[in-house]
Amino acid sequence: MRLLTARLSAKRRSPLAGLVVVLLGLLLTGGAYTFLSPASAQTGSADQSKIDAGRRLFLVGCASCHGENGEGVVTKRGTQYGPPLVGVGAAAVDFQVGTGRMPMARPGAQAQQKEVLYNQEEISQLAAYVASLGPGPAEPTKAQYDVNGIDNASVVRGGEFWRTNCTACHNFAAAGGALPGGKYAPSLRHVPPKKIYEAMLTGPQQMPVFSDGVLKPSEKRDVIAYIKSIQDSPNYGGYNLGSLGPVSEGLAAWVIGIGALVAFAIWIASHSVRSRKGAKA
Amino acid sequence: MSEDQNFPAAMGHPTAHDVEVEKAAAGDPVADPGLAAHEPRPTDVDPHAEKRAERQIATLFGLSSVCAVLFVISYFVFKVGANPTIIAGLGASNVALGLTLGLALLLIGMGAIQWARKLMSDVEMVEMRHPAASSAEDREAAISSFQAGVKDSGIARRPLIRNSLIGALAFLGLPLIVVLRDLGPLPGNKLAHTVWRKGMRLTNDIAGTPIKPEEVEIGQLINGEPAIFYAKDAQGKPVIEGTELLQAKAKAAIIIVRMKPEDITPLPNRRNWGVSGILCYSKICTHVGCPISLWEQQTHHLLCPCHQSTFDLADNGKVIFGPAGRALPQLPITVDSEGYLVAQSDFHEPVGPSYWERG
Amino acid sequence: MSTATSNGKTAARAPKSDPLAKVATWADERTGLAGLAKKQIRKVFPDHWSFMLGEIALWSFVVLLVTGTLLTLWFKPSMGDVVYNGTYDRLRGVTMSEAYASSLNISFDVRGGLLLRQVHHWAAMLFIASMLVHLMRVYFTGAFRKPRELNWVIGTLLLLLGTLEGFTGYSLPDDLLSGTGIRAADGFIKSVPLVGSYVSFFLFGGEFPGSVIIPRLYAAHILLIPGILLALIGAHMLLLVFHKHTQWPGPGRTNDNVVGYPLLPVYTAKAGGFFFVVFGVTVLMGGLLSLNPVWMYGPYDPSQVTAGSQPDWYMGWPDGALRMMPGWETHLFGFTLSWNVFLPIIVLPGLTFTVLLLLPFLEAWITGDRREHHLLQRPRNNPTRTALMVGLMTMYAVFWISGGNDILAIKLNLDLNYITYFNRVAVFVGPVLAFWITRRWCISLQRADQERLLHGYESGVIMRSPEGAYAEKHVPVSADEAYTLTARDRDEIAELPAASDENGVRNRNAPLQRTRAKASRFWFGKNIQKPTAEELDEAKHHAEVELRVHEDGHQHLMSDGYSGNYELDGQPADGHQFDGRHDTEGDELRKGH
Repeated sequence: MRLLTARLSAKRRSPLAGLVVVLLGLLLTGGAYTFLSPASAQTGSADQSKIDAGRRLFLVGCASCHGENGEGVVTKRGTQYGPPLVGVGAAAVDFQVGTGRMPMARPGAQAQQKEVLYNQEEISQLAAYVASLGPGPAEPTKAQYDVNGIDNASVVRGGEFWRTNCTACHNFAAAGGALPGGKYAPSLRHVPPKKIYEAMLTGPQQMPVFSDGVLKPSEKRDVIAYIKSIQDSPNYGGYNLGSLGPVSEGLAAWVIGIGALVAFAIWIASHSVRSRKGAKA
Repeated sequence: MSEDQNFPAAMGHPTAHDVEVEKAAAGDPVADPGLAAHEPRPTDVDPHAEKRAERQIATLFGLSSVCAVLFVISYFVFKVGANPTIIAGLGASNVALGLTLGLALLLIGMGAIQWARKLMSDVEMVEMRHPAASSAEDREAAISSFQAGVKDSGIARRPLIRNSLIGALAFLGLPLIVVLRDLGPLPGNKLAHTVWRKGMRLTNDIAGTPIKPEEVEIGQLINGEPAIFYAKDAQGKPVIEGTELLQAKAKAAIIIVRMKPEDITPLPNRRNWGVSGILCYSKICTHVGCPISLWEQQTHHLLCPCHQSTFDLADNGKVIFGPAGRALPQLPITVDSEGYLVAQSDFHEPVGPSYWERG
Repeated sequence: MSTATSNGKTAARAPKSDPLAKVATWADERTGLAGLAKKQIRKVFPDHWSFMLGEIALWSFVVLLVTGTLLTLWFKPSMGDVVYNGTYDRLRGVTMSEAYASSLNISFDVRGGLLLRQVHHWAAMLFIASMLVHLMRVYFTGAFRKPRELNWVIGTLLLLLGTLEGFTGYSLPDDLLSGTGIRAADGFIKSVPLVGSYVSFFLFGGEFPGSVIIPRLYAAHILLIPGILLALIGAHMLLLVFHKHTQWPGPGRTNDNVVGYPLLPVYTAKAGGFFFVVFGVTVLMGGLLSLNPVWMYGPYDPSQVTAGSQPDWYMGWPDGALRMMPGWETHLFGFTLSWNVFLPIIVLPGLTFTVLLLLPFLEAWITGDRREHHLLQRPRNNPTRTALMVGLMTMYAVFWISGGNDILAIKLNLDLNYITYFNRVAVFVGPVLAFWITRRWCISLQRADQERLLHGYESGVIMRSPEGAYAEKHVPVSADEAYTLTARDRDEIAELPAASDENGVRNRNAPLQRTRAKASRFWFGKNIQKPTAEELDEAKHHAEVELRVHEDGHQHLMSDGYSGNYELDGQPADGHQFDGRHDTEGDELRKGH
């Protein structure tokens, strides 16, 4: 990865060049806005101002990897440094930025979930800008992902879709699983329903897309309802050991079970105190 | 003999002398000092300590009874079933029953052990060992008895009887083997085929809806099944159900993925196996048969969660990592007159794990 | 034991006052067991914590019998389809097998049913784990030597059967995880050359999954395998009683006796108490720790799978081998041989259990030792044996790590693929390294023992000479310890055979004997032998000279020829006061205090 960034920097001559370009861009758009806006201030749609605000944010926080117009950056080796964002839609932005995956801390196998850097308004501005680049999935409406009051039959059906499409990567209890090359499918416990919906819709990173045409919006909602139901369900049998399956169970059998029983065995065979001090039994 | 054993060690070692002589002969550099004298425990000499231990043990047993009673109470108090009692996110019935019964058992055990450790005599006893073997006379007698018996039977003198008996017993093995024949049918070529046929629609698993290419986006994964699994006959009964359905599913399950056409490098004879970047592969791993659907849409790699075989779906399902020996079989697909994705034919090779006559 | 005298009217009558004697008489007149009982009731067992490890296995087997029998009251071993209508909401209306539906019923509707399931499963894990630990104890201490080889063989078979019993049980609930296990097992069977697909079809009554595998596994799980297990456990225990337990060497504890506490009452209380402890611990685990939550996995469907699909821990090592194996497959003359499955899952376990079975016989052949052994050896006193087992354990551990590679990858932020690459090398290099390190380690420990025996232990008393030289006093070890340290055999290295005897007849067995001699040299060659009586005497003499108070009334350090006064010269305080062994009564220095 160091190699990759080094090459990129070399291409751009100086790391400061990007900053200069961004500042220039900001100045120009800002200047243009001041000149043009008085005339259209009242008539210009709120959407356009949102898009423009989004573009400003984009140029500062996203363009270094995704290109100034979201066209993506390709490394010298021909691999994607930052993928093009034309057509990813607002849903993808809301997911990636809204879960803190974007902006990435550093290039790596997988964007890590971390603290969210933008507030909700900024995210929606960014989303509006990216959505303006090309048609893509919009942010889902609350009706699409809200699972309150959903009936049990839908939860059951969601479970069936869940086991067919999701458990292979995310594990039966949504605890997450491993992917090749240091990547992983994250735990889905306590992920907001909207984000789960957006992930299915847009296929972030290595996750495949589950388009509305194939996995219908109502089916997506069923899946979310199932995830929520197992997340809220009690541990009927006691502490769940991380819900990781037989590996953690085996570890518990050895450490706790054999550990405790061997300790008892040592106690049973140990010689208790003798009444005469210093004498050896 | 009975005097030798059960002899408190402190009172002497009956054969120590013999042992010592023997050891010395074997070049043992240090003579056996013999068992150390018994050291009494506080409970052996101090009546207070003894009383205290007694109370301690009785307390353990008493607490055990309390736990047993609590078990019975928990059994009736905590609900299971549709509205189970939940305490702190845990199933109250299971935890309470386990805790009370576990402690009831554990306390009995600890009490008994403490009793042995503190109050039962801890004077070590010595028991002598004897060679595992019987005496030479006994062994000879056994062998000669056996030989006498064999001689009496005349098995050596009458080879006709002997050989026919051996033959009869050997033939008895045949029925034993033959009755196992009906354990199951012979494989025939069942493993080589699936229910896929020319023109059968690809459907989304669970929902059973057929799929149009335009509904499939780049980076999409569909866990699919053949349409026949959702077909109903004239009476409205499923065409395939029960065991037959599971058996068919175990071979016919598929995954449908869409990649950018330029990323795909098909073999020359597979150029027309996909529909504008949509490819269909068997979902059954060629290693030991787990269903695989861990698809990485950016790398086009498919990982098996059981043993981590990794296949490259952009490169004809080639194995790029892990223990699988063969590429993932690809199902040639096209679109039918109504624009739905359909199979061009069955798989061109057996799906699932390898077997001897697979070829 | 003449029955004629106690027959009929002449039967011995117990005094009326003793009801126990009455019962005993009644029983003995019908069974004649008193002769046996008189020896066994006060049978002596030696006391050591490691002797209780096998007992964990025994008692967890009893727990398994108890909980298993109760589970059969509710479990339905059938693969018939039912639509679930029970109390677990998230699966209501789903079509599933009766086996799975009854597992849900046990978990949610039978009070204490989930506890039973979890206790049964935990006990199964502990059963096999404790057998493994017990096996290692027996091997490391040489308790498998003559006359106990047969018990080693029985024990190994128990481990094998216990593993099979565990696997069949794991497969019964017919949830997604257990079904995936059976699916993989079908793949394993199909990889067997020539007969694979036929065996698979016979076992599954047709194509996988069929409708009979669960009833068939159930029959094996509750009848066939436990029956054999029970018989073998019985034989194991009978041989144990017959051989009498091994013991650690020590003062008064020789190869010809067994020193310890009587069966009644001490061992009845200790072993009986331990049964309750084992039962209690498994029930506590069953109550507090969730195990195999079948309702979370969902019913088995051959097109579904979950991340973290693993067998239980005891099948983890062949599964790990399977994960590490490169994808080798041979296609010859129209036939397929999948080495990638056949080698790690069929050949490797077969080979491992064969090696395990043969270990005692292999060692006996190399050492040529035909004597009976009832005294245990410390692991350090047979470095090659110890190192061999540590090598095998290392290999097992690498396989194990490989079996959990996906969980390790997500929990330790590792790369799945690199774990596999690492393990592919480690499985060969690791055991060799572990063998070498362990052997050197053991030999060093032997050397340390030798030091202690010949030169005593460090008393902690530092002597300073007037010149300023410091020396720590070494004090001879006690007679008890000296005896314990020397209570072991001298290793005898087999000599190379002569090519021909004195009559010039060629030795036909020479190549085999040469191999044995070489193996024996490899086995024992570098060991430290215990000192001879002369060596020990010399060392003792040396020490005595060092400690002796000379005619001039002074005690001298051996070095430098110094002959001045020492502070403690002539005083009883020569270091023994502080060693915890010396009788300090009447000690001059202590009187004042």
